[in-house]
Amino acid sequence: MSGRHCISFFYRIGLLVFISSTLVTQAAVLEVREGERIQDAVNAASPGDEILVYPGLYSETVYVDKDDITLRGVVEGDDWPHLDGKKQLNDAILYSGNGFSVEWFKITHYKGNAIMGQAGNNFSIRNNWVIDSGVYGIFPEFGENGLIENNILSGIEDAAIYVGMSDYIDVRNNQVFDNVAGIEIENSRHALVEGNLVKNNTGGILVFITPGLPIKSSYDAIIRRNFVLDNNTPNFGIPGSLVSQIPSGSGIIVMSGDDVIIEDNVITGNNNAGIIITSQDFVTEIATDTGSDPNPDRVQIRDNLMLNNGADPEGEMKLLMLTKLSTTGPDIFAYQGATDAARGSCISRRGAYRTLGVDDWADCNSPTIRANDAIAGREPSDSTRGVITKMLPEPAEPRVITEDASGAELVYQGICAGCHAYNVRLIGPPTLAIKAQYGEDADSIAAYIASPEKKRPDFPTMPPQDHLSAPMRQLVAEYMLALTN
Amino acid sequence: MMPTLTARLSIYQRAGVMVTLASALLLSGWMAPEGAIAAETDFVLNSRCPASFSADADGGCVLNNRYRQYRSLQNKGVGGLKTGLPPLREGFTPAQIDLGRYLFFDPILSMDGTVSCGSCHDPALAFSDGQAQATGIGGQTLPRSAPSLWNVGFLSTLLWDGAQSTLEAQMQGPLYSPIEMGNNPANLLATLNGNRTYQNLFAQAFGQSAITLENVYTAITAFESSLISLNSRYDLYAHGYHAALTEDEKAGLNVFRSFVARCAECHTPPLFTNQQLAVIGVADAPNVLIDSGAQAITGDESQRGAFRVPSLRNVVRTAPYMHRGQKATLAEAARFYTGGRGHEVPKGDSLMIHWHIWEPKLTEREIDLLTGFMGTLTDEAFMPAIPDRVPSGLPVTRASKTPRAPAGTLVHNIATPALQQHQSSQVNELPGGNTP
Repeated sequence: MSGRHCISFFYRIGLLVFISSTLVTQAAVLEVREGERIQDAVNAASPGDEILVYPGLYSETVYVDKDDITLRGVVEGDDWPHLDGKKQLNDAILYSGNGFSVEWFKITHYKGNAIMGQAGNNFSIRNNWVIDSGVYGIFPEFGENGLIENNILSGIEDAAIYVGMSDYIDVRNNQVFDNVAGIEIENSRHALVEGNLVKNNTGGILVFITPGLPIKSSYDAIIRRNFVLDNNTPNFGIPGSLVSQIPSGSGIIVMSGDDVIIEDNVITGNNNAGIIITSQDFVTEIATDTGSDPNPDRVQIRDNLMLNNGADPEGEMKLLMLTKLSTTGPDIFAYQGATDAARGSCISRRGAYRTLGVDDWADCNSPTIRANDAIAGREPSDSTRGVITKMLPEPAEPRVITEDASGAELVYQGICAGCHAYNVRLIGPPTLAIKAQYGEDADSIAAYIASPEKKRPDFPTMPPQDHLSAPMRQLVAEYMLALTN
Repeated sequence: MMPTLTARLSIYQRAGVMVTLASALLLSGWMAPEGAIAAETDFVLNSRCPASFSADADGGCVLNNRYRQYRSLQNKGVGGLKTGLPPLREGFTPAQIDLGRYLFFDPILSMDGTVSCGSCHDPALAFSDGQAQATGIGGQTLPRSAPSLWNVGFLSTLLWDGAQSTLEAQMQGPLYSPIEMGNNPANLLATLNGNRTYQNLFAQAFGQSAITLENVYTAITAFESSLISLNSRYDLYAHGYHAALTEDEKAGLNVFRSFVARCAECHTPPLFTNQQLAVIGVADAPNVLIDSGAQAITGDESQRGAFRVPSLRNVVRTAPYMHRGQKATLAEAARFYTGGRGHEVPKGDSLMIHWHIWEPKLTEREIDLLTGFMGTLTDEAFMPAIPDRVPSGLPVTRASKTPRAPAGTLVHNIATPALQQHQSSQVNELPGGNTP
């Protein structure tokens, strides 16, 4: 890992904290101890706050639907804050807010996910320890700009780390073992998977385009400097799931993903094959999605250390190898639509590997890392080594209804106008009549709409608008009184 | 009549008296005289955009909504709570939208003058018809149910089998189907052009009295795209007002989005559909698969039984459920998903069931929480006015001769806890009818 990355990452975190603390009046630290609910702290927290959870057993689903919340476990020696789903609860942690961080939790025995995000951007999931916790361990979905780092996950029925329909994500330095899939990048763009130990899963690292999803592309992924070892665990995937079709013994699988660079990994002891590049024909029992490109394009397999892969190939792979008079599987296997030279894929140092299906591929214009360069820290120009992160240089923008005239217009036109037209009676009195009554007294309207009472005998009582903040009520009242048509 | 409106008077009745009101207000000075376009007949098209829309510089109506301050990943309009919407068909003029409203409710569009769009897409039933399978011209039973039209202007996967991507193309299906409205393009055009009132109205809306089919499709698209339902209690929660949902409803939201139930994977916010086709394996009748779904369109065997994921907005008002109304209640529909992969597929048959269909083993308590949460997706505050009469002079047909709403369901459902208290002190507002 480069020191530069370290600095830039911590600088960014520091910047986030700085931004948060300037936006929020005073960031607070809330403490949760065994016997208390973490959710109560989340409910009490404001954006920018940090929730410290002390060691002990917690059994709850924690959901975070606000921005800039940090959940931080306090680990004391062997004692962790431990979220246990007891095989009864669905998910340990759900988040949708931006700027969510979760770290230092032990999570066991949930049925769904350990940590699941839905459209939360700028997230950080670090230093968590997840055991036998459902379908996915860590699963950000519809997220942008996130970091998944230094987590340990095992015993997951699908992907331990599953980046689904997300952009600009780094998955670094995690340890994933004894899962069906170790790390999966699915229908996502701009991902860096680096420095992970991926061991004893059914399949190690997956870059997929799965059909039938609303975001249909998967491109620009770097799979670099991972240890992909002995991924030979028999498939225990959920019947019907796509990963239940993955042959045991598969190190890295690229299914339909485009612009994937596989570089500088150590890939050993995977009994089916080290690297599989395939079109969607790889899986069956799935409905066609005409909007989804089934073929992988421009995959680059650069220098990787590969040893002892293919000792016990499965199914069709075995048959294909027999046609080559071999009883062992290949290091590198291109299948169906992936074999076509027109797809623009390439391989470097092909003679060093046992391969099947890549004969028509071009040679990568790949850098050979020279010892002197490595020692001197010089990056060959074509190497991805200069790419230290796929995360965004600036956080994804905040999602707020601005408390200004434009926000007030959206609220007035988007809600109030359902009942109040300017000069026509709808459900409520016309705006003109309200203006005649209140003149320029926006304060009174702002106060009234928070808890309205019946005023006009021939109109129904207005529903309260206490869901709007006091400043927004004031702005909306001012907006209403300023209307001229 | 000069109405004395009370809470007892329904939104529809209020809508019905709007024309009267407008003229009364005109006399009393509320409405500027230049606001109305005089026509030769007494039908006057609206000169203002519908509620929640405002006119842009070109006079086109543009939606105002808080979701528009959010983005969505890859601009696909799917995600979580604070996620932007897919693009909306908008920019139509107030006159085009209002003309579309008259066309929508006018049975003149059908061959024999008995069926309008509103016959199957009844506002009193969230623009569906309350039937398992819709009824077409001459009382014919259609193979599938009529979907709700709320928020349809955001959708680009249309019809149960996803066969169309624009409303203009989609509506030609029912208009010209012999079992739906039974018309044909030449007859439709001749009928409309033979109607003096419509000539005037099209002139108001499009600047030419010669009626074209293209303008018919545009006007109806304009009206349908104005049906916006994005102010439910769920939406208040999504925008950050967490008191909008009860603790049970929040628990229901968490079941909904968990990866055990997986509802949100396909019924994805903010529209509660990801607009994909999915094979979920609901039998058309016990042990029977009749409807081949998208396969009939694409010829692709793997898409047999694939249907569009429907939006769940206002879902408590659109029973029965599924493409053929197979599930009478929302709980029954939810329970389907916990019955196991392919449990309704007849023995010896097979479908390419979607991978999200599994065996989540939801408890009855969780089913209750789910249906409770889905109830928070109700909002019909921007209900358009149903015309008392239409330019053809034909009776306005609607599915609900006797309008009904599930007990306790309110038309205006922005219900914060304070509002719930407020509502309990009000007379329950059931949609009233103004059918002739």
